[in-house]
Amino acid sequence: MEKVYLDHNATTPLDPFVLEAMLPYYKDIFGNASSIHEPGRLARKGIDEARVKVASLLGAKDPDEIIFTGSGTESDNYAIKGAAAALKSRGNHIITSSIEHQAVLNTCKFLENSGWRVTYLPVDKFGVVDMEELKKSITAQTILISIMYANNEVGTIQPIDQIAKIAKEKGVLFHTDAVQAAGKTPVDVSKLGVDMLSLSAHKIYGPKGVGALYLRKGLKITPLLHGGHHEKNRRAGTENVAGIAGFGKAAELAAKNMREEVTNIKALRDRLEKGILEKIKYTYLNGHPENRLCNTANISFEFLEGESIILNLDMEGISVSTGSACTSGSLEPSHVLTAMGIDTVRTQGSIRFSLGKWNSEEDIDYVIRILPPIIEKLRKMSPLYKET
Amino acid sequence: MEGQYSEKVMDHFKNPRNVGDMPDADGTGHVGNPTCGDIMELYLKVRDNVIVDAKFKTFGCGAAIATSSMVTELVKGKSVDEALKISNRAVAEALGGLPPIKMHCSLLAEQALKSAITDYYKKHPKK
Repeated sequence: MEKVYLDHNATTPLDPFVLEAMLPYYKDIFGNASSIHEPGRLARKGIDEARVKVASLLGAKDPDEIIFTGSGTESDNYAIKGAAAALKSRGNHIITSSIEHQAVLNTCKFLENSGWRVTYLPVDKFGVVDMEELKKSITAQTILISIMYANNEVGTIQPIDQIAKIAKEKGVLFHTDAVQAAGKTPVDVSKLGVDMLSLSAHKIYGPKGVGALYLRKGLKITPLLHGGHHEKNRRAGTENVAGIAGFGKAAELAAKNMREEVTNIKALRDRLEKGILEKIKYTYLNGHPENRLCNTANISFEFLEGESIILNLDMEGISVSTGSACTSGSLEPSHVLTAMGIDTVRTQGSIRFSLGKWNSEEDIDYVIRILPPIIEKLRKMSPLYKET
Repeated sequence: MEGQYSEKVMDHFKNPRNVGDMPDADGTGHVGNPTCGDIMELYLKVRDNVIVDAKFKTFGCGAAIATSSMVTELVKGKSVDEALKISNRAVAEALGGLPPIKMHCSLLAEQALKSAITDYYKKHPKK
């Protein structure tokens, strides 16, 4: 059976070059990077090289601005809780958006339970945060703004440069979750002027279990983990050397090939999007028409619930996902589409197609061929659908 | 995801039994709403107090479709009073179980059935 993977926003396959870069650290180079003997020094060298590569992907001036963590979620937790703990004498207010990833939303909710005030900014119908609302919500008590670079469900890219500018003018720290943006759009921390930025290796063809936090030089936040002197006292715990080496390689490949990959992926994404919207009635694109990740197409199939579509596509070897209800282990409809004001039925029937660098035109044409009869079959079953 | 569903559930999801409308139904049940992600319509045909045919239309996830399909199979050939006793657990068990987060789908199937039978009794009062 044909296999078409279109769920790269969930995770990407490991690039063979990345695996190759990791293997020595699972074999001969086994040292603890904190040890001063040769095996330890070799492991240290692997981490240092990876740090330079990740810093370079982000345009960070100093590799020490990169702290390796265990995941994008840890990076988000670290940035938000770390800033909150470090700045609690200055204020008790945090601003975020209503469409963040759970790693940010639930961290903010956790802080709310311990006395912090959090503003969840609304978004427009394309999922863009309103800059006027942002400006209005900043008070003397605001210590942090955390707004994602690009949304995982619909791909909408936020005006990060404008947010950074506003934050700077008001003297408020700015963190952005760039887990979905990295490798898909140029991210330059120096140009943007962000203070903190979260990354994850497994979204850019690297291994799972490794993330990074960019922390602007000179900025001090409170660590999440306490222990040894790892990562310059900023993240205790023996380093995942192989994972970090893999992250470095993945960052290097992303920086080198991004321009070409983005062009190809976008062409395929547009082909898929056009094919579906033209061939199937009552379908709607969710997210910003232009300012959107090159690989993401979130489409609502009206009158249907997403999971029934996913299961049918899965039976044909096609992997996609949805942020909506049932599948994600929660029964709530997607908080992102809801915040965008999409009506409930369309929210329930939303499917996220997220492409990657190894998808081909054949993959896309296969999906466009397989999908219409599935939708027709399911709609015949739907009490909401009246054939016209 | 398929792994979370039993083979029976996947079978009823892939090949749902008794899908469709029934314009001359003797009892019609309509439960759920789009906000909770499930809507179920159940139609019953009754002869001499026995359910001789059942059809459904469902908006919902894999489990919602499978439970709808199963409940239509379970009621056929049963008397209306027997059918009234079919619980959501019985529907779930007939499907080889449901993941805990999907048990509400079986409840919806039970409610659809009760709603259809209530409608039947309204139209055909017991003598």
